[in-house]
Amino acid sequence: MMPFAYSKPAQVSEAVQLAGPATRFIAGGTNLVDLMKENVARPERLIDINGLPLHDVQETASGGLLIGALVSNADLAWHPLVEQRYPLLAEAILAGASPQLRNMASTGGNLLQRTRCYYFYDASTPCNKREPGSGCPARDGLNRIHAIFGASQACVAVHPSDMCVALAALEAVVHVEGKAGKRQIAFADFHRLPGNTPEQDNQLAEDELVTALELPHRGFAQHARYLKIRDRASYAFALVSVAAALELDGEVISDARLVLGGVAHKPWRNPAVEHALKGQPVSRKTFEAAAQAMVKGAQPLAHNGFKVELARRAIVRALSEAAAGGRL
Amino acid sequence: MSEIATAQAGQAISLTLNGQPRQLQVQPWLTLLDLLRDQLDLVGSKKGCDHGQCGACTVLRNGVRVNACLTLAIMCDGDELTTIEGLADGDELHPMQRAFISHDAFQCGYCTPGQICSAVGLAREGRAHNREQIQELMSGNLCRCGAYSNIIAAVEEALPQMQDDASRHGGQHS
Repeated sequence: MMPFAYSKPAQVSEAVQLAGPATRFIAGGTNLVDLMKENVARPERLIDINGLPLHDVQETASGGLLIGALVSNADLAWHPLVEQRYPLLAEAILAGASPQLRNMASTGGNLLQRTRCYYFYDASTPCNKREPGSGCPARDGLNRIHAIFGASQACVAVHPSDMCVALAALEAVVHVEGKAGKRQIAFADFHRLPGNTPEQDNQLAEDELVTALELPHRGFAQHARYLKIRDRASYAFALVSVAAALELDGEVISDARLVLGGVAHKPWRNPAVEHALKGQPVSRKTFEAAAQAMVKGAQPLAHNGFKVELARRAIVRALSEAAAGGRL
Repeated sequence: MSEIATAQAGQAISLTLNGQPRQLQVQPWLTLLDLLRDQLDLVGSKKGCDHGQCGACTVLRNGVRVNACLTLAIMCDGDELTTIEGLADGDELHPMQRAFISHDAFQCGYCTPGQICSAVGLAREGRAHNREQIQELMSGNLCRCGAYSNIIAAVEEALPQMQDDASRHGGQHS
């Protein structure tokens, strides 16, 4: 690790004042410390935010939850109100990482974790995300784990989070604070597609700090499923994952959310597919039509063509299990 | 760079390590694992991957299991840390240590300190109630020898014992 200076402010305003182009905020550190060991991240100063008052989960006036950015992934997944009202989120968090990492990793940090693209992680290779303009060896190289949607010539990396796939489905809102003040960002707008600037994973400015996540009232608690497909049974990143959430009126779908993970630079959602599910009967035919529509337009690379069929089948299964009330 | 030069000299932290209060001088880039192994000669916690992928470095930080390789020592100021060296009560082994011995839950032994600390953390979390849940919630600890069957059996045996001990000793081991 390159040497760096260290600060531990006690207030959010103080933390954002310290932030600049060569600083990084650190909470759990599970991804950042690793990136620093690999020489991918080389901050001159770490701003330790664990002393900031962002550790609470509170109910909002509108019946949702406001989750402090420093709540650990484990505490969030096992929070009684999350288990009861947002089982999709609990299931997604518990599908990710290991128990040790979930104990360390923060809510805010989960949003900001970087891709696990092998080339991004290997500082001896070119990578447009790590060194803008240096090229993308993944596009014509080993790309089994890479994107099938929304990629660009510059970058085919995927966002690695499970939690974020559920948060996209639940339409969470990200609360941030920077030198210019506070703002709120809809989850769908928080992460971005790579385009010509893959070095930017999201739309945060360098001085902005995620302070909280807000979950709206609707949690789809009765009919939700996070299905994760990976190379081993536990503790691996998703090849494909599906967050499926339904509201049913008898045997008819009254509302639907469907988001894919492991397939794009951000959680992949298609509102038209969700809209088309409304008013349809709960049936395999309905879910197969949705899955077909969802994977339409996929652009697989040389080694990840299997993800298209895997995603199609996983969507059918996740929707079926969500309709049945969860994991079968 | 003058601030980094200052950081080079180290910054004072105080923590409780295996029950003993310690005053230490640490550079910001020193990991907890390197502090334990290289500076304090507590070599029970192992460096397997050094990237949070194997769990051999697992220790308890304020009672919670974490990867010491991804923890910066400077961020542990004020914390209570327990490593494998701190689990036994004098000559009396921790119930999880006894269970690992009675089930022969290791071959080469390299992953064992991390496995045991992780299993103690698992017991404190209180979320594992059957074999399948133990397997899932121990997945952060790899064993390259493949002693998993015996590891799971040891954890399965020790979990209820730890709960009994916790009620007897007022939570000392819980």
